[in-house]
Amino acid sequence: MTNDRFAIDVEGITKTFGDKTVVNGLAMQVRRGEIYGFLGPNGSGKTTFLRLLCGLLKADAGSGTCLGFDILTESAAIKRRVGYMTQRFSLYDDLSIAENLRFVADIYELPEARKAVGETLRSLGLEGRGGQLAGELSGGWKQRLALAACLIHRPELLLLDEPTAGVDPKARRDFWEEIHRLAAEGLTVLVTTHYMDEAERCHRLAYIAYGTLLAKGTMNDVLASAGLTTWEVSGPELNELARILQGLPGIDQVTAFGSKIHISGRNESALDLALGPFRQAPQIWQKIPPGLEDAFIGLMQTANDNFSTEPAGNA
Amino acid sequence: MFNFARFTAIIRKEFIQMRRDRLTFAMMFGIPIIQLILFGFAINTDPKNLPVAVLAADNSPFARRFLHAMENSGYFTITEQITSEAEARRLLARGEVQFVVNIPADFSRRLVRGEHPAFLLQADATDPSAVSTAIQVINEIARTAFDRDLAGPLQNLTSRPGPAELRIHLEYNPDRITQYNIVPGLMGVVLTMTMVVITALAVTRERERGTMESLLATPAIPLEVMTGKIVPYIVVGFVQVTVILLAAKALFHVPMVGSLPLLYLAALCFIAATLAVGITISTLSRNQLQAMQMSFFFFLPSLLLSGFMFPFRGMPEWAQVIGEALPLTHFLRVLRGILLKGNGFLDIWPDLWPILVFGVVMMALGAMRYRRTLD
Ligand SMILES: Nc1ncnc2c1ncn2[C@@H]1O[C@H](COP(=O)(O)OP(=O)(O)OP(=O)(O)O)[C@@H](O)[C@H]1O
Ligand SMILES: [Mg+2]
Repeated sequence: MTNDRFAIDVEGITKTFGDKTVVNGLAMQVRRGEIYGFLGPNGSGKTTFLRLLCGLLKADAGSGTCLGFDILTESAAIKRRVGYMTQRFSLYDDLSIAENLRFVADIYELPEARKAVGETLRSLGLEGRGGQLAGELSGGWKQRLALAACLIHRPELLLLDEPTAGVDPKARRDFWEEIHRLAAEGLTVLVTTHYMDEAERCHRLAYIAYGTLLAKGTMNDVLASAGLTTWEVSGPELNELARILQGLPGIDQVTAFGSKIHISGRNESALDLALGPFRQAPQIWQKIPPGLEDAFIGLMQTANDNFSTEPAGNA
Repeated sequence: MFNFARFTAIIRKEFIQMRRDRLTFAMMFGIPIIQLILFGFAINTDPKNLPVAVLAADNSPFARRFLHAMENSGYFTITEQITSEAEARRLLARGEVQFVVNIPADFSRRLVRGEHPAFLLQADATDPSAVSTAIQVINEIARTAFDRDLAGPLQNLTSRPGPAELRIHLEYNPDRITQYNIVPGLMGVVLTMTMVVITALAVTRERERGTMESLLATPAIPLEVMTGKIVPYIVVGFVQVTVILLAAKALFHVPMVGSLPLLYLAALCFIAATLAVGITISTLSRNQLQAMQMSFFFFLPSLLLSGFMFPFRGMPEWAQVIGEALPLTHFLRVLRGILLKGNGFLDIWPDLWPILVFGVVMMALGAMRYRRTLD
């Protein structure tokens, strides 16, 4: 199973808290040097999975390797080679930028910690501001600092947990350019996100809900596995139309996008049948390829339907 | 405008939260109950059954009657029969007995002859309040104990001021200055309070702010993190020790008979033990408030049952059992021993090892809990 091609190669990973299964039989293969997007609704188990990967939590079942090391028994070796950027800003607010970097450098036993800190400050463009308290930085700068702190020990794998939450579009774009540059240099990146534009910038994706992997592969694979047909409608009285369509048999989701609505269904003929009576002027009707967001919402609903038929949410 | 419905909604919410927060709930009832029990029962400033060693070269009916009367008073329990002054000194220094009664060889002969013989009571007066009533009682006994044996022809010897003279030596703190007892004790109390709270908060804060997660994702191992957190506070502890020693000397003129390096060594053991408590508390509490509350839970019995506030021997048996398990109890004995009695290492060892054992157990507990903190 150990394969040098994969930075992450795990299967059957399961984690329960009490009687709640948070990660359920998850399998994931991430190739070296690729950017892998990890998506799913709130509470679906993304953060928990990342913690399992880097040895912060012990899996109840499952096996696999991370960077060629067994995730159950060799977490010390994994920790040395992984950079983990947590969902919350987790540098010390009451330490300065330079002190934070120095602390991380020392924890990873970098031989030339002072030099590494200097280089990192320079690459951040923060040379003159090393003495500023980390807690005083703006959200975008905190995120850049946190990323720099994860990279200071030159990890082979980056685990990023919603790295761009609350960051402005420009900073987000810069961030992703940096990620692509790093990946081009051979770094593997596993990143969780709730943003569709970010998902589209990943080489491959995985979608998880209720701890269960629902789809994975390239964007097209994921779109295909959702199996959605989508109509886009524009024109007057869309609110009224949306209200009527919501919940009709054959229609799985009606989503408003400003001056348009998207109507999707998993069964194309049932959808067309249901929409038949409504497809007339004054609105403009158009069949479009579904977007990722439609696909994800569709996947989530599928999961919802499956879960509601089982007793009390315990998979 | 004050809205009554909103007002009651808030009250309801607060009650729900309070009920959910088991610890606050426990504190609310626990503290008054603990205080009540401790102040109501444990606190007895009139210690009884104080241990006495008897150095009796004279085994006459007079001596036996006197000792019997002492025991009957309820204030004294004879625990040792000894044969040398050196032994008496050792028992007093280690605090194994509170008093030594020394009856000289020719006591009864001289008593019968009406020579007003003297005999000696040595008291460990480190804590003046522990011995004051007992001394009043023994003076009374000395005046009347021999009366019955001196009936008949010897009756005229029962005159005041008593047939024999009881000389009382207050050892270690002859002027019965309470500060001599309290100021060293204060050092232990201050260390307990600050060391436990500071470390408990320091670690809990990491978890609350999310920095703990990053720290755990690095190669740093639990022992490194724990000891790394302890060491800076050991330094803080030493600064506190020094400040209190200086104040004790300058403000209260507390005598410092023993070796200061030995005192710092003992302080090091004690500081490490209390820091381990702080770390362990931090692994048990979810937020800083809980850490604070648990620290208080530990601090309260330390304050009340260690012999700092009330003479240890004045407490009921169960309270003494709890007290013996607390490091502060032993540290207070060590401190008073070194400062007031000039005790050396061998004298303090009986109270030093319990501190070490306590520290090691706490450290092990903390390290065991630490790994699971994210789960
Ligand atoms: N230590 C824990 N003890 C008990 N339950 C936990 C613990 N950690 C996480 N959970 C639960 O596991 C579930 C998954 O949490 P997780 O943080 O992995 O979700 P997530 O996908 O990262 O969500 P989000 O997108 O909101 O960050 C949640 O329901 C959470 O309440
Ligand atoms: Mg998360």
